[in-house]
Amino acid sequence: MRYLPKSPADRAAMLQAIGVRSVDELFSPIPAEFRLQRDLAVPRQMAESEIVDWFKQRAKENGEGYTSFLGAGAYFHYRPVVIDALLQRGEFLTSYTPYQAEFAQGTLQAIFEFQTMISELTGMDLANASMYDGSTGAAEAVMMAVRITGRHSAVIARNLHPEYREVLNTYATHQAIPQKLVGFTDAGQIDLKELEKAVGDDTACVLIQSPNFFGTIEDVEAIAEIAHKRGALLIVSIAEAVSLGIVEPPRKADIVAMEAQSFGVPLGFGGPYCGVLATREKFVRQMPGRLAGQTVDKNGKRGFVLTLATREQHIRREKATSNICTNQALVALMVNIFMTVYGKIGLRELAKQNLAKTAYAADQFSKHAKVRFAGAPRFNEFVVQTSEDPYAINSRLLGHKIVGGLPLKKFYPELGHAALWCCTELTTRSMIDTAVGLVAESERSVLSKDAEPEEVTR
Amino acid sequence: MSYPTDRKYTKEHEWITADGTIGITTHAQDSLGDIVFVELPKVGTDITVGKPFGTVESVKAVSDLFAPVSGTVTAVNEALATAPEQVNKDAHAAWMVKIKVKDPLEMNALLSASDYDKFVSEEAGH
Amino acid sequence: MKHITRKATRHISQNEGLIFEKSSPGKAAWKLPPLDVPEVDTAKLLGRQERKDLGDMPEVSEIEIIRHFTRLSTWNYAIDLGMYPLGSCTMKYNPRVNEFVARVEGLANGHPYQAEKISQGALRIIKTLSDCLLEITGMDAITLQPAAGAHGELTGLLLVRAYHQSKGNARKKILIPDSAHGTNPATAATVGYAVENLKSNDRGMVDVAALAAQMNEDVAALMVTNPNTLGVFEQEIHKIADLMHDKGGLLYMDGANMNALVAKTRPGDFGVDVMHLNLHKTFSTPHGGGGPGSGPVAVKKILEPFLPTPVVITKPDGTLGFEYTRPQSVGRVRAFYGNFGMFIRALAYIFANGPDGLRQTTEDAVLNANYIRKGLEGVYDLPYSTPSMHEVVFSDKLQSKKGVKTMDLAKRLIDYGFHPYTTAFPLIVAGALMIEPTESEPKEELDLFIEAMKSIAEEVEEDPQFVLDAPHNTRISRLDETTAARKPVLRWKPEHA
Repeated sequence: MRYLPKSPADRAAMLQAIGVRSVDELFSPIPAEFRLQRDLAVPRQMAESEIVDWFKQRAKENGEGYTSFLGAGAYFHYRPVVIDALLQRGEFLTSYTPYQAEFAQGTLQAIFEFQTMISELTGMDLANASMYDGSTGAAEAVMMAVRITGRHSAVIARNLHPEYREVLNTYATHQAIPQKLVGFTDAGQIDLKELEKAVGDDTACVLIQSPNFFGTIEDVEAIAEIAHKRGALLIVSIAEAVSLGIVEPPRKADIVAMEAQSFGVPLGFGGPYCGVLATREKFVRQMPGRLAGQTVDKNGKRGFVLTLATREQHIRREKATSNICTNQALVALMVNIFMTVYGKIGLRELAKQNLAKTAYAADQFSKHAKVRFAGAPRFNEFVVQTSEDPYAINSRLLGHKIVGGLPLKKFYPELGHAALWCCTELTTRSMIDTAVGLVAESERSVLSKDAEPEEVTR
Repeated sequence: MSYPTDRKYTKEHEWITADGTIGITTHAQDSLGDIVFVELPKVGTDITVGKPFGTVESVKAVSDLFAPVSGTVTAVNEALATAPEQVNKDAHAAWMVKIKVKDPLEMNALLSASDYDKFVSEEAGH
Repeated sequence: MKHITRKATRHISQNEGLIFEKSSPGKAAWKLPPLDVPEVDTAKLLGRQERKDLGDMPEVSEIEIIRHFTRLSTWNYAIDLGMYPLGSCTMKYNPRVNEFVARVEGLANGHPYQAEKISQGALRIIKTLSDCLLEITGMDAITLQPAAGAHGELTGLLLVRAYHQSKGNARKKILIPDSAHGTNPATAATVGYAVENLKSNDRGMVDVAALAAQMNEDVAALMVTNPNTLGVFEQEIHKIADLMHDKGGLLYMDGANMNALVAKTRPGDFGVDVMHLNLHKTFSTPHGGGGPGSGPVAVKKILEPFLPTPVVITKPDGTLGFEYTRPQSVGRVRAFYGNFGMFIRALAYIFANGPDGLRQTTEDAVLNANYIRKGLEGVYDLPYSTPSMHEVVFSDKLQSKKGVKTMDLAKRLIDYGFHPYTTAFPLIVAGALMIEPTESEPKEELDLFIEAMKSIAEEVEEDPQFVLDAPHNTRISRLDETTAARKPVLRWKPEHA
């Protein structure tokens, strides 16, 4: 086995040193009736070339070479080459959580820089070293708000990513955190009047997403006012991190629960991604997740350590702020390098390109179909309503190697034949024109079939 | 080590004065090491004898503070929020909370300074 | 330095400030292509939602970024540099072919919401890995959704709860041995269960008599790590399982130490009902400075109806797909399908090993731990003489007489060119030194480690203060953790602010 560094002679010498005759003796603590006496039925040992071939085959069956207009919490942005070049340095890739600070200053300083940039971008005082992803991060933020306020219920925007809501349901059930859902307006934004009614004296937090699931930017200040008036905290989930380059961050929020995948993390069929929580200084001791802090060594030299560890499970056990242990460190490093590459000016220019592509695409689509939620600013996603079922449209688009927008019926039945489309800086004008052309064609053919077009122009 | 005789002690290493001022003992701060954070209840909170009412944290440990007697919190030593090291410097001066004692008779169950001293030296002998 | 170390030599390492300290206006490491659609008026589109300034974000060039992160990397220790004997963390070799195949375009760029028709490759990977893990664990059904071990525990206990709920009583508590990882009690609390501690016996195992006394109809499950955190196999595991099952409880196995069992025994065969695996431990996906992990949860048939949605199914036409409609499911524990990139790496590892390689791997891991145990017995106190599997736990009893504690010994080990072992865990051993070499170490590296540990023990006798002041050879000496916690500085701020 090529990963094992011992010769048969080494093994024999070691067994002799230990004082046993065979390696089986070392397994004698396992009762005989449970010792496996056969080979595992897993594929036979493969050569490296065979392994590479097998996975390349799977890649071919996995949408390789398709143009995609999917977003919805997972975004296709360009990943600068330096990210993987640096990430594959063994000292980052194959090191452990930096508990032994003297031997892990590289990781610790990188985390400190990550925390700084995330705080800066989100407009918060501080950020943690990462959470699993945006969905679990949002759920943890709600539990954090419950601890801070001593209140028990949560108000959740319906235009928060539906899968984030599902995860929150799973977490909240056994924490006894009742939830109230608040709907959205014709502009796709949270319904402020409904929100006002939903927030009460037992509300620990209001959880919204901005840009929300439909790509629409929320009026965070107005929402914060409603929440704070009743003593509730405001949690803002950000699923499209690139928006922070051009959209005002939620400075009035109390906790930002972010999914940073857009910053240099491959789509990878849904993971690993990079959740992160950012908050105000006064709430730091209720925040879950690792934190790197700056300090000095015996000689006064600057260095970094994991700090405020008493919040964590390995010390506080059942009273910890969360059971989280392993986080997304290596993915956070991708995010870190991405933020460093684009920096102060690049992130804004990148966001501007996303905005421009989306504005163009929405404009083109609106000539042939209805673009919903037009009344509010949006970032890089928009909802297109068609007369035909988007699943049918998408299956025709697939024939042209195009992956259309995400049909929304599953999550929002009331939206009917609507799909969520996304453009990024990687979406070219010709891709947009082709997709719009195909959708327009299908719209025309449906319309010519029906004498009375319904719902289309409403 | 001689402990001040103007107060009573618990086996969980808290002290309480007759007027209801509560803190932790020198012995407690010594075994905890450098204290980095003290979490205390708000004024008005009811605390119950033998139950936790707050925590003290060192870099790598958290310990509960147990109420020596029941009562209602009337004051909290806010200075500890920014200067927890005061507990290390002088644990018998760095009070944590003041309470209005519910039942003064509960005080009778607590240890005297000499009993506490004896208790600590026995505990160390284990 | 008093004693000679053969493993490491001091060498020059580069100094490097924070990236923000290198920033100055006008430098850039990016270039966007020309815009092929009309420019937009951002003020018009966004109004007061437009962000004007990105504050203290850095402006640096590409070469500075390469140097910055390369310099930082050289301050880390890594498996690629040598033995990383952190007990319970399983720091084994992370094969590079895993990294290569995870970056193949169709896999790296697959969108989680693309149609199933063009997701067959990803689904096949999920299915194949699931099948392999079920065969390895001897369980009946599996979810790969949990993002890490603790997340797997959470999922597992949600399943336990849903199962009991379906029987009409969710029950109240979870039994957890005093030797357990901190995540176990933290997880039980998250799922709304009370935690009841279970004392270990004098051999470091679950005390079966104590368990029998504590087990009743209020107990939902026992969470047991096997081999436990002392590296000891729970020899009465089947009795433990029977005790649980007799009173309607379930047996949860924390699979953190599954690397001691693969291809030698199967939890499903010895009575486990639900368990999680750590792909970043047993199945070689990289730790990456703290994550990402992946924590699949495997269960017996009785728990299958409760698995998180979606689950991968084979459709009548032979293609694979996701099933979302599962009325008894506990719901989602994460958006999308889990840390898919880790599935690729774990599967590549299983392919590279095959049944014979997996068995040899486990045998070598156990062989290595026992070789270290033999080499250091007598030099360090061995609190439990029970046979070791993949790791061995010593204590600092002998050295603490000179005032030198496990953490001090660990810091001195750094000077010898080794990453420290796990200190002060498990909690049932005062001053624990928990050592796990994994199968990845050649005999020479193990000999160097034993030599280093012996040498440190001698130094403790000769000059304890020298050990207490360690490390001596690192870029920085011991850091002031107290001030870091009292007055946390968690982000950089410019001087003028």
